[in-house]
Amino acid sequence: MNKILLIVQREYLSRVKKKAFLVLTLLVPVMFIAMISLIAFITIKQNDFGEVKKVAVIDESGKFINKLRSTKNLEYTYKTTGYGVNKSSFIKEGYDYLLYITDTINEVQLLGEKKAGIMTSSKIEDELTAVISSQRLAAAGIDSGVLAKAQKAVKVSAMQVTANGIKDAHAKAAYGIGYLCAFLIYLSLLIYGSQVMRGVIEEKVSRVVEVIISSVKPFQLMLGKIIGIGLVGLTQFFLWIVISISLYTAVLPLIMKEFGNKTEMVNGMPDKMKASQVLAESPSGDNEFVTLIQDIGGMKIAFTLGCFLFYFLFGYLLYSAIFAAVGSAVDNETETQQFVFPITMPLIFTFMLAQTFIINNPDSNLAIWMSMIPFTAPIAMMIRIPFGVPMPQIALSMVFMVLGFLFTTWAAGRIYRVGILMYGKKASYKEMAKWFMYRD
Amino acid sequence: MISIRNIVKQYADHKALDNVSIEVEKGTVFGLLGPNGAGKTSLIRIINQITAPDSGEILLNGQKLNKNHIEQIGYLPEERGLYKKMEIGEQILYLAQLKGLSMAEAKTRARYWFKKLEIQDWWNKKIEELSKGMQQKAQFVATVIHNPDLLILDEPFSGFDPVNAEIIKNEILELNRNGATVIFSTHRMESVEELCHSIALLNKSKKILDGKVKNIRNAYRNGTYNIEYEGNKLNADARLPFKILSESEADGTHQMTINIVDGTKVNDVLQYILPLVSITKLEEKIPTMNEIFIQKVSKEDAR
Repeated sequence: MNKILLIVQREYLSRVKKKAFLVLTLLVPVMFIAMISLIAFITIKQNDFGEVKKVAVIDESGKFINKLRSTKNLEYTYKTTGYGVNKSSFIKEGYDYLLYITDTINEVQLLGEKKAGIMTSSKIEDELTAVISSQRLAAAGIDSGVLAKAQKAVKVSAMQVTANGIKDAHAKAAYGIGYLCAFLIYLSLLIYGSQVMRGVIEEKVSRVVEVIISSVKPFQLMLGKIIGIGLVGLTQFFLWIVISISLYTAVLPLIMKEFGNKTEMVNGMPDKMKASQVLAESPSGDNEFVTLIQDIGGMKIAFTLGCFLFYFLFGYLLYSAIFAAVGSAVDNETETQQFVFPITMPLIFTFMLAQTFIINNPDSNLAIWMSMIPFTAPIAMMIRIPFGVPMPQIALSMVFMVLGFLFTTWAAGRIYRVGILMYGKKASYKEMAKWFMYRD
Repeated sequence: MISIRNIVKQYADHKALDNVSIEVEKGTVFGLLGPNGAGKTSLIRIINQITAPDSGEILLNGQKLNKNHIEQIGYLPEERGLYKKMEIGEQILYLAQLKGLSMAEAKTRARYWFKKLEIQDWWNKKIEELSKGMQQKAQFVATVIHNPDLLILDEPFSGFDPVNAEIIKNEILELNRNGATVIFSTHRMESVEELCHSIALLNKSKKILDGKVKNIRNAYRNGTYNIEYEGNKLNADARLPFKILSESEADGTHQMTINIVDGTKVNDVLQYILPLVSITKLEEKIPTMNEIFIQKVSKEDAR
């Protein structure tokens, strides 16, 4: 036992002491925050950045003349001359685009030397749609006041019926939290799993492994390495969270304060774009963000975090044992490809399914099954937990996780103990099965 | 010190060790010889409890080999290796602690050995920054730092230049004088006669010869002598009590290799040739371990 601790200590310290660890630990949150800030900055300031596009409008229907409102980025000028005449000359006149509307409005073209960006074309699209629909509604005899009332947006609040009464289901926050947790687990299982594999290969290639297993059992060495690297992962997570939070609280408000007063301009954007900028807009008092924060607070943070740690830890232990077995079987890193792919398959599969199916159907049979099978559970369960999972299901899934971990570690250990001493033998599944069967 | 009894180790496609039994006496230097692939490394790994035999047992000081013996054994594998990115001082301390030394004890002994092998200035250097010879020395320190009673060295001199090989050889002999039993495997025979008290010869997973080096060589005496003399060349004569295997002459000195016929003695030979020539040199040609090795192995292989 004491020797495992020594191995854990070495694996942990030798990685934490590396400059790369320090750099990565500091850089990732800084870059993350910088990225968010930059996106926020550009979003808020985009009207200043974007040039004013001059649009010449040839409207054969006559329905849009003087109806399109110019914005800071778009300036409409109405031409009465025909389409054919101006086709090539509008550029010379200093226009960026030519908006051509046929008399039946069956076809609308936006012509330009360069293809118009999505932002520009969707703005124009929205503007045209708004004009035409209000005209048609008016033509149908609907009063504009009635129209304004009818267009009021409706917000659906998902409520959860529990023994204690009706609670807010926080669907939006659940979606975000679940996705974030699943993504982190997916990423870290791959990153730290392959670190274990590389560590095993390094020991095998440098031949130090024979010296060490003359002192400790191969299984102890494998376990020590897995635990050591797992602790590195936890340390990194912990530091990322601490640094991110302190940076977030220190830096972001400053940026937001600086540019917050520009936010009203964002409102000029088409509705489609607005949704994605909810987060950036929020400090100006958008209540959607406030509700999101409240939603997160409403969920049991400690419980979710606890589950996250559990599934990260056991998912990591499970997968890294297999990664270790693969590392022991090969002579160099390039040989690992054929084995790594089948290992990561269930992870990739679950993660893809998680984003589409599970997150929308957290209580479907498939989702429940996937959150029980140890290979898919860490991701599937973390998606489900924020939506509320019955306690017995969580307990059962956790028991399966622990059993799965014990089994894979035992099986991987049997391959590992033979593999690390095998050189020059081309590893294959058949060969590994043989190693597994060897008596001690 | 160590009794290896009827060890069998079977791998999937071949038998690595076939009923091998070897006795190593306490305080001796024991050579484990054999061509490549004979099973030396397999046996060494079993003694180090890296792998386990399919059958047979190993007793260390009369006790069945177990995990508690690890601390009494120092092992230098044939394929040397340490963590490339780790500083050597730190690395030696780590390996010493794995062998059961306390941190403080490990430090004292590591400093002692580093100084002795003159690598103390490299304490904070990473392995990859060191020369090959320096790495080998560091590895040797890792092998002996816990003061083992039993040293198992797999091809200890490979990878050393002649100067460093001499240093390591002397260190091994000193450890042996201080009571350590040494088992080393090699296929370089020169070092065997120089160092070993006893040997065992493995070939094709079987032990084909073992015993004290002196006894083995004596057993392989075949009555061959080298004689140098001055004077007239001896003529081949039916009355000669020996057979001349080869002869040569340079600057009036004759040299011949002879084989004594069964039943005759060296004295008979001398008696016959003394009146005829003046003898300047006579020595018995005892087969070297190398010759015995080749002779024995090729004989086995011919079977």
